[in-house]
Amino acid sequence: MDSFVLVGDAREVSTLTTSGFSDVASSNAALRGFLHGLPGVDKVGADGRAAMLGTRSIKTTAKRQAIDLAISMVDLTTLEGADTPGKVRAMCAKAVHPDPSNPDVPRVAAVCVYPDLVAEAVRAVGSSGVKVASVATAFPSGRSSLEVKVTDTELAVAAGADEVDMVIDRGAFLAGDYLKVFEEIVAIKAACGDAHLKVILETGELATYDNVRRASWLAMLAGGDFIKTSTGKVQPAATLPVTLVMLEAVRDFLDSTGRKVGVKPAGGIRTTKDAIKMLVLVKETAGDGWLDPDWFRLGASSVLNDLLMQRQKQDTGRYSGPDYFTLD
Amino acid sequence: MFEYAPAPESRDVVDIKPSYGLFVNGEFVDGSGSAFKTINPASEEKLAEIAAASAADVDLAVQAARKAFTTWSAMPGAERAKYLFRIARIIQERARELAVLESLDNGKPIRESRDVDLPLVAAHFFYYAGWADKLQYAGYGTRPLGVAGQVIPWNFPLLMLAWKIAPALACGNTVVLKPAETTPLTALLFAEICQQADLPPGVVNIVTGAGETGAAVVNHPDVDKVAFTGSTEVGRLIARSVAGTGKKVTLELGGKAANIVYEDAALDQAVEGIVNGIFFNQGHVCCAGSRLLVQESIAGELLASLKRRLGTLRMGDPLDKNTDIGAINSAAQLAKIRELSDAGEQEGAERWSPACAIPAQGFWFPPTIFTGVAQSHRIAREEIFGPVLSVLTFRTPAEAVEKANNTPFGLSAGVWTEKASLMLWTADRLRAGVIWSNTFNRFDPTSPFGGYKESGYGREGGRHGLEAYLDARDGSL
Repeated sequence: MDSFVLVGDAREVSTLTTSGFSDVASSNAALRGFLHGLPGVDKVGADGRAAMLGTRSIKTTAKRQAIDLAISMVDLTTLEGADTPGKVRAMCAKAVHPDPSNPDVPRVAAVCVYPDLVAEAVRAVGSSGVKVASVATAFPSGRSSLEVKVTDTELAVAAGADEVDMVIDRGAFLAGDYLKVFEEIVAIKAACGDAHLKVILETGELATYDNVRRASWLAMLAGGDFIKTSTGKVQPAATLPVTLVMLEAVRDFLDSTGRKVGVKPAGGIRTTKDAIKMLVLVKETAGDGWLDPDWFRLGASSVLNDLLMQRQKQDTGRYSGPDYFTLD
Repeated sequence: MFEYAPAPESRDVVDIKPSYGLFVNGEFVDGSGSAFKTINPASEEKLAEIAAASAADVDLAVQAARKAFTTWSAMPGAERAKYLFRIARIIQERARELAVLESLDNGKPIRESRDVDLPLVAAHFFYYAGWADKLQYAGYGTRPLGVAGQVIPWNFPLLMLAWKIAPALACGNTVVLKPAETTPLTALLFAEICQQADLPPGVVNIVTGAGETGAAVVNHPDVDKVAFTGSTEVGRLIARSVAGTGKKVTLELGGKAANIVYEDAALDQAVEGIVNGIFFNQGHVCCAGSRLLVQESIAGELLASLKRRLGTLRMGDPLDKNTDIGAINSAAQLAKIRELSDAGEQEGAERWSPACAIPAQGFWFPPTIFTGVAQSHRIAREEIFGPVLSVLTFRTPAEAVEKANNTPFGLSAGVWTEKASLMLWTADRLRAGVIWSNTFNRFDPTSPFGGYKESGYGREGGRHGLEAYLDARDGSL
């Protein structure tokens, strides 16, 4: 019963921040009417636009800027059943000094771990400025009660998480129960307190770009600070067109409400080229205002070493093998 | 923070000769007209000296084509196909060279010549190569016409060459082709490719020059078929001069296409479609979506999105791989665009362009939108052939169709709606040769292309494109 009180309180908080849309979530019918009234997404056109932006040629000084920007936007992630405190400490050390031989390399934006390892990560990153993000809400499937999800979130926040990456209830979304999804996000946002909330849409399970757009708006209306593509556990994950649709959503949401929401593609970003394509997408869709770790993140692990290798290649003109970069 | 650095494609891949002759009977020969120069419209630098073909030179080319016709038309289709497949493959192998040359001579962005023009050029040769030994199944007979005289424009120099030459050769005709005066270089490189492919001499002849050379090709008595792509004005002259001669004619002329956006359209993709419709190739596209018809209920929102999107277009060096808008092809065309745009302002339409730096050298015109345009304005009726969009609004589907059809042209149209029944209802009523559904300026060799009304007659591309190069009176039908 406690959780219902929480929902009621939290909804008032969130509707205050999205002026003009206060009636949108007054009922499931109202929410459905709003989400289905958003302009559709033509798949062929969205795919074509993303592919065209993928042909941008980013070389020399632009590439150097992009590499450093991308490094500073990485949410270095480990989300395995086999994660241990030692593994998390090692990853945090890498997050703080991605290339120990080169202090010019910026630190990454955050590390992302399971809730039970948050405390370990908080200790390990110390005062470096690297944020600690925790997945929560019965990640990755989200198949549990709201009570469990809220508690999961509270534990992560209590352990010191700066950011919470929640998953939406895709089953409820696909069943058309948008209000349930909305109210869960509102509840989790309330449980976050000061921690930033990233809402994972798991776009690979939403099937259509129309659904991606609707889920993006739903998450933003409910108070999410970031919208995130994927858990990394489902394929396809952070494709260019899906990220494009989400960038359009945050751009339009800022226009309509005055509130700015960040975007985090996660999963499947492995190479420098992948990362740079994402930055091009940001620049030419949402605009320069999102080219900042506060507003755009790359959820990834293996991409960091490729960025470091490309960076060194730019400095020295030569590639070093992977053995010259630390595993974690 | 993150600005794109210059990313120029190297022009070293292409070797431009100081001067070029005519390609007649498999060899390069001097022209007897006075040579002219072709320039890079982005810098006004001279690229090469080009021979001009006189009527006598054209006569030699037609004679060579006539002689080659005897063997080429008698060759089994499968053998002709081998040559066409070979040409297609060489085009793919030399695509980068051709793309750079096209951008240098025409001013179009390398992204377009590389990703649109060249793949389509190769695809056209592959496609018609496939028809060469299957003509008996196409329904137009199998007898070629003879010598085809072909005159092509400067907006897609190599692509228009492919549209003309590939079906002509597949059907067993031989060709005398005149490229546009301002963009002859890729046609001359294509002539080298014909040599490289061991195409029999005389099957393809390329004569360069201005209007008089074109007239000599069209009016030559031993030409059996005239194919022209270009302005409606010249198309009329050609129709008049070939009337009563027995020559078969196809004309692909101007356009003033409506791009209709309904209120339930996928707006972000519609904005991309509008941009692609009118700013692709600097608007030098006969089927360009130069009239935007937007439903009043979303006009404000759509225009705001469109303007924001135009702010991201990158104008400049055509060889830069990140350039979206290149140079206007010639000083004459720039003057025409300026004249019509000024007329638009004088007639009371509101003009808008994003802030963009215009290079000091060369011919440039910023992407431009006119709002508050009425059907009666010149910019709503005349083909501008530049990066200028006229925006009109409508209230009901019937009004959209009425306005879209209220033009002497009828080459293409676009319709944007997520509602399939409205899409079909609209497409059924539009009088245009090509109607794009939730897209614009998409081309494919399998799809016929051509116009209604003053946009010309005949179809190019697809099975229908064979009809123009076969004698349908063939007894085998």
